[in-house]
Amino acid sequence: MSVLVDRQTKVICQGITGSQGTLHTEQAIAYGTQMVGGVTPGKGGSEHLGLPVFDTVVDAVSATGATASVIYVPARFCYDSILEAVDAGIELIVCITEGIPTLDMLRVKHHLNGSATRIIGPNCPGVITPGECKIGIMPGEIHLPGKVGVVSRSGTLTYEAVKQTTDIGLGQSTCVGIGGDPLPGTHFIDVLQLFQDDPATKAIVMVGEIGGSAEEEAAEFIADHVTKPVVAYIAGVTAPKGKRMGHAGAIIAGGKGTAEEKFAALREAGAKTVNNLAEIGELLKDLNLSSS
Amino acid sequence: MNLHEYQSKELFAKYGLPVSTGRVVRSADEAVAAAAELGGDQCVIKVQVHAGGRGKAGGVRLVSSEEEIRAFADHWLGNRIHTVQTAEDGQPVSLLYVEEITDIDTELYLGVVIDRSTARVVVMASAEGGVEIEKVAAETPGKIFRASIDPGLGPQEYQGRELAFRLGMAGPQITQFTQLFMNLCRMFEELDCSLVEINPLVITTEGNIHCLDAKVNIDSNALFRHPKLAALNDPSQDDEREAQAAEFDLSYVALDGNIGCMVNGAGLAMGTMDLVKLRGGMPANFLDVGGGVTVESVSQAFKIILADPEVKAVLINIFGGIVSCADIADGIVRAVQEVGVEVPVIVRFDGNSAEEGSRILAESGLNIIAAATLPEAAEKAVAATKVMAAA
Repeated sequence: MSVLVDRQTKVICQGITGSQGTLHTEQAIAYGTQMVGGVTPGKGGSEHLGLPVFDTVVDAVSATGATASVIYVPARFCYDSILEAVDAGIELIVCITEGIPTLDMLRVKHHLNGSATRIIGPNCPGVITPGECKIGIMPGEIHLPGKVGVVSRSGTLTYEAVKQTTDIGLGQSTCVGIGGDPLPGTHFIDVLQLFQDDPATKAIVMVGEIGGSAEEEAAEFIADHVTKPVVAYIAGVTAPKGKRMGHAGAIIAGGKGTAEEKFAALREAGAKTVNNLAEIGELLKDLNLSSS
Repeated sequence: MNLHEYQSKELFAKYGLPVSTGRVVRSADEAVAAAAELGGDQCVIKVQVHAGGRGKAGGVRLVSSEEEIRAFADHWLGNRIHTVQTAEDGQPVSLLYVEEITDIDTELYLGVVIDRSTARVVVMASAEGGVEIEKVAAETPGKIFRASIDPGLGPQEYQGRELAFRLGMAGPQITQFTQLFMNLCRMFEELDCSLVEINPLVITTEGNIHCLDAKVNIDSNALFRHPKLAALNDPSQDDEREAQAAEFDLSYVALDGNIGCMVNGAGLAMGTMDLVKLRGGMPANFLDVGGGVTVESVSQAFKIILADPEVKAVLINIFGGIVSCADIADGIVRAVQEVGVEVPVIVRFDGNSAEEGSRILAESGLNIIAAATLPEAAEKAVAATKVMAAA
């Protein structure tokens, strides 16, 4: 079992003929992901990487039965691409692109209200169920099928957490990068709920960072709804106030959104926190998950 | 992207928000001419910098003679102003804004932000104007009134009226404020703002509503569709090294410590800094070399880090995902040779081709210290700065 994606998931790529779309589609195919086609307006009817290319997402969905789409188009076109995928009935949209205007995401999220579509990202590494389906830019080889659910706002920080769970032999059920933007399509809470309901997930690793209050909201949710052990790490204890730390969403604004506040909220909620990102694996080991 | 007060007020005027007449000037002569042009016995003169707290720092003055204008201009132009919101060395002053005076009866606060939890634009208003709104929010949250804008419907007049009544307004002020509220929301959306603050919004002695100050931030990611706004950027207000880094698609923030950090990924960069501190050191900077690290970007990153004279060691932490650590290792070797790095360089590789990368560094003959794990790298970097300090 897993969440969001598995070996049955049929995936198309929007922007498949671009350099990023090409590189990561090749890698996804090599990993075993069921890539079934791509979309590039004006190149419909052609073939790329052995896959059919369509002019529109609707065409791609009706011809291939795809339920997931990964978006690698430039930031200024993402709003349009996301809405096209939503309106074509795609169930899972994974948007990797960084730099989408915040108000574009605000409108997208409003449009999504009440629809069945879920968006992961933008500005994220994507989603992977190890050994089954990789949608995104994460390196497949550091993953191992297993029992830890990983959810994170950061890319390479996720890889660190993943590698530690692989090194101690626990592996991952599914890893979800929710992205570093102020208005992500999917929040910690959504993924925590999925992991809580997934029988294959025995423990959860949550990686947050400064900015906003998503971690505090997650802490509340953990206290009320999550019975599985949660190991949490927050990046940015040394981040100065009022400075954006790389990610659009990583900024302590008006004194709010500090790492200390987030750590405190998570501890209070019963999550096990680590100050040292290299100790995530050790803490998981102490949970003795193999015996449960 | 931050705008100056005078630029923000020009935008306000275009959207029909009530602002005073003013002139932006670059010299004492221009300031005197501007004051004469505005007429009246008195005017207000303000330094234009990307920071609040100017008034308390002496950057805003009511002037009533040419001598006072010249004294103010001579004092500030070409100098730096330090306020509660600036770094220690302050912000450079090259522009002044000369403005007609406003007779103030009441000071209010009005702000527009994007609320991350609800994914909506939210207008905040308070009768506690002229003070830091964060303080009001922390101490007396009940004194802040909010209107949440429905993205599908846009702002509604009743929301403006509601805020006006809560702020204690009456008579024609209700209509004035509602108009202002509607125009402000329209501007926020049309210009892709990320923050607008009017602090204070005032009620004049004649009973009119007036924007005394103006702060506008534009979403940098949306500048591609606002070329005219992009042209308003004033690079003199940005940290020099941050601006230089941005040119090479590097994300850099200067800090007070002495261990230079070069990391791929923003989250991991913060995590690396935090670990340095945990091991008893202090990071000199945040630097994300990005996902598509190249020899060129590594070389530029070195130059930017080493431009900080405090840096006593450089810690490089790369988790190779798509990027190969072997390529990064080549980049580091070339950059160290080209840039002439004289401080110890500690490198930790993990992920894609990490072993090969480490081998390349070991065989380079350069003074590069390899670390097997991130904590070990942080410890070695901290130890290196202590050795440097003792030497």
